[in-house]
Parts: sequence; C-alpha cells; structure tokens
Amino acid sequence: MSVESDNSAEPKVKRFMYVNRKAPHGTVYALEVLEMVLISAMFEQDVHLTFLDDGVFQIKKGQNPSVLEMKDFSKTYRALDGYGIEKVFVEKESMEERGLSQDDLIIPVEIIGREELGALMESMDVVLSA
Amino acid sequence: MKYAILVNEGPFNHQASDSAYQFAKSALQKGHEVLRVFFYYDGVLNGTKHSAPQADDRNIVKRWSELGKDYHLDLAVCVAAGLRRGITEEVVAPGFRITGLGQLVEAGIDADRTIVFGD
Repeated sequence: MSVESDNSAEPKVKRFMYVNRKAPHGTVYALEVLEMVLISAMFEQDVHLTFLDDGVFQIKKGQNPSVLEMKDFSKTYRALDGYGIEKVFVEKESMEERGLSQDDLIIPVEIIGREELGALMESMDVVLSA
Repeated sequence: MKYAILVNEGPFNHQASDSAYQFAKSALQKGHEVLRVFFYYDGVLNGTKHSAPQADDRNIVKRWSELGKDYHLDLAVCVAAGLRRGITEEVVAPGFRITGLGQLVEAGIDADRTIVFGD
C-alpha cells in the first residue's frame, strides 16, 4: 500500500485505536494506557478504545483496589466521554469467557465479536496496544 | 517509508527493546526514515545512563545512543512514565531526551507506520 505524503496545512486526522488487554492491576499497563488515551484526546484524532482479554476487567464495576494501596483509576473511564472519547468497544468473546455482561461494566460500550473487531483494527491507521 | 517506533518494555528484562533496536537499525540502513523512537512504560529504562551491563553482554543503552548519533534519531522518553521510574534529565543517556506523550501521538500522525514493541 502506498501512502502519499500530505504537505497541506490541513490538520491530519487519523484513526487511532488503543487496545487494553491486561487486568487493571498487577501490572502498570492499564493505568499508563489510560494516561496515553487522555493525552491523545487533545490532538483531535479519531480515537477508538478497545478492551479485550483480561482488559475487560479494567471497566468492571465494584473495584476496590485501595485495599492493595493502588489508585482506583476506574472512575476515570467514566470521564472519557467528556474528553470526546465515545467510541469504546469490548470484545464479546473476552467478556463472555469471563462471565461478564454489559451490566457488569461501569461505562456504556459497544460489544462486538472477535472477527468484527479484527476488521475494525484493520481499518485503523495506528493501533497502540498494551 | 516513515516509521514511528514505540518501545513498551525495559532493557534486558524483555526482548522488545532488542527487537525494536534491530528493527530501527535495519530500517535506517535500508534508507527508510524513523521519525521517532518513543519509550513508554518500563521502556523508559532504556534511557538511563547508569545502566552498566557485563562486558560480554550487549550494551542496550549505549547501542541506542550510538544509533541516535549515527542517524540523528529522535530518542524520546516519556516524562510521566520516566518520573515514576526515576528517569529524569539528570540520568538520561546521550542522545535521549525527555518529552511528553503528545510526541507519541504526533509521531503516530506523521508516520506511515507505527510499530509497537512489547507484549
């Protein structure tokens, strides 16, 4: 695929997808992906946020990480629409494998199947996963 | 091709940093452009000048610095991830610079391909 360089003054808008694949705690990835997503909101790009594998636990209701002396950043996901990040996807298979449904999640999401998600990823310009 | 490279893992602990280096070096040798190598998560530890591996091992930090010098490569270390891990202006190795996450997004916008090295 050839990509032509665009030297016009018009700002480039690309399709970004941030892919969350890890549990909210245990490693730092979830927190630092969230920081990356918040920064990216300032660049007026077409941002997509996806949760799959254990990443679906990041937006599960009823988290109480303070007992582990960890920051409960799950509240921040609820503020994302205020940053213009409204395209949030959860992979159906990942959710079902973990016995979760939309009712267990703290934010409204679009639930899509593995194949459909693959096609969506394919349509992105930039996919950043952790 | 214009590449942006994201390094998500620390040196020695994980192959990601080695793979990113090999990829960047090969791309540059073949005449491609690497707009920026951005170091995030434990990847910021690739930028510490205090790393001192044994003599019979590869020197990952020095290797990045040399590649940076040879190709005027932008080695960008995330300030927020760096502060958490003690990677600040005082300790960055030659050729690295501390900067904000916005520079990763910008590189993603400007590059033809963004390649992520990590799990």
